[in-house]
Amino acid sequence: MERYYGDILWGMVVTVQIGIGVVITGILLGLVLASLRAARLKLLNVFIVAFADLFRAFPPLVVILFLYFGLPYLGISLSGYVVVWLVLALVLAAFSEEIFWAGIISIKTGQWEAASSTGLSFVQTLGHVVLPQAVRLTIPPLTNRTIAIVKHTALGAVIGVPEILNEAQSAMSRSGNATPLIMGAVAYLIIFLPVVIFGRQLEKRFAWKRI
Amino acid sequence: MEQLIQQFFNIEVMRQALPLMLRGLGMTLFLCSIIIPLGLAGGLLLAVLSMRQTRWVRWPAFVFIDILRALPPLVLLILVYSGMPFTGIQISPFWAVCVAFGLNTSSYYGEIYRAGIDSIPAGQYEAARSTGLSQTQAFGYIILPQAVRNVLPDLVSNTLEVVKLTSLASVVALSELLYAANMARSLLFNPSTLVLAALMYIAILWPLVRLLSRLEHKNFRI
Repeated sequence: MERYYGDILWGMVVTVQIGIGVVITGILLGLVLASLRAARLKLLNVFIVAFADLFRAFPPLVVILFLYFGLPYLGISLSGYVVVWLVLALVLAAFSEEIFWAGIISIKTGQWEAASSTGLSFVQTLGHVVLPQAVRLTIPPLTNRTIAIVKHTALGAVIGVPEILNEAQSAMSRSGNATPLIMGAVAYLIIFLPVVIFGRQLEKRFAWKRI
Repeated sequence: MEQLIQQFFNIEVMRQALPLMLRGLGMTLFLCSIIIPLGLAGGLLLAVLSMRQTRWVRWPAFVFIDILRALPPLVLLILVYSGMPFTGIQISPFWAVCVAFGLNTSSYYGEIYRAGIDSIPAGQYEAARSTGLSQTQAFGYIILPQAVRNVLPDLVSNTLEVVKLTSLASVVALSELLYAANMARSLLFNPSTLVLAALMYIAILWPLVRLLSRLEHKNFRI
């Protein structure tokens, strides 16, 4: 069994890499989209809302399979790694856009008015007044949702991405034993249990509770 | 453009795959009808256990919830499905899915219930007891209804997740919607079936997503 430690470890690296990529790009994109939505340009809003609704409604596996098997027909062939990162980042962006937006609209309009009356531009108001308040409201749902989405990196195993589950399954069939699978599960716990606990601490420390 | 439609929105291919996919849709809905009640009930149990006074009950509940939240659902499913035969128990894909996803959603629902129950002021419980209601009665008639109302958006959101989660069952060859679509794709050499599957998922889920948005925005207003 010791020989499989290396495989599982390599899988952990891949999982963490994709996870970090997804979190950074997804949340940033969601924040940008929510901020754009705050500009209240009707035409742009239609697209943002459609994007958010669609990517919250699609099961991620459907989109992953669609892109992985479908894009080659268009001549684009993306590696499994990129497909998983892309899909999960878009899904996280959709969810975090909605979460940030709910936070932004809960800030009383008086804040916006007061900010503009002191001469702050739209971007300055967003950056210095609205977002700092809105984001603290949104930390609990955001951390929960982020964790749930990042765990879907396991779906990469379905399209051959060399992450933990894939390595564990290969090892399992090579050894004819279920132990590698348990090792894989433990590997996931090693990565995600601290994240779950950290998320809970983050909530306790920084989140403002709804009254 | 023509080629795009031919490859991805091929009506003929979709028509051919439709019977198979409708059966898959039925299986998806059937799975949901089992997993959601399982999750709701299990979640309530976990939430109650995690709030008891004795730490011998509380800590195992917490550990259970945290482990289930930290494990990806697909990994849990593979563990149950592939791991069980090694212990001598044969389990069908259907029940492996129900057990694995039932456990997973229980932990999420449990956390949601806990947040809801936490948000009820202690005064409610004290007042209920002082009017003569027992612990269980106070919980069931006073605390729980208010708690559920407070966290309804999160409960709906999680239910949405369960519907999407069933698509993972395709990995263990359970013939729900995505499995049927994927099968049809490889038989007909055309990914339009996946587009059809996506459309069918949206058809089920979009109303829920819109409802969820309205609930969320309502709840965030202080």
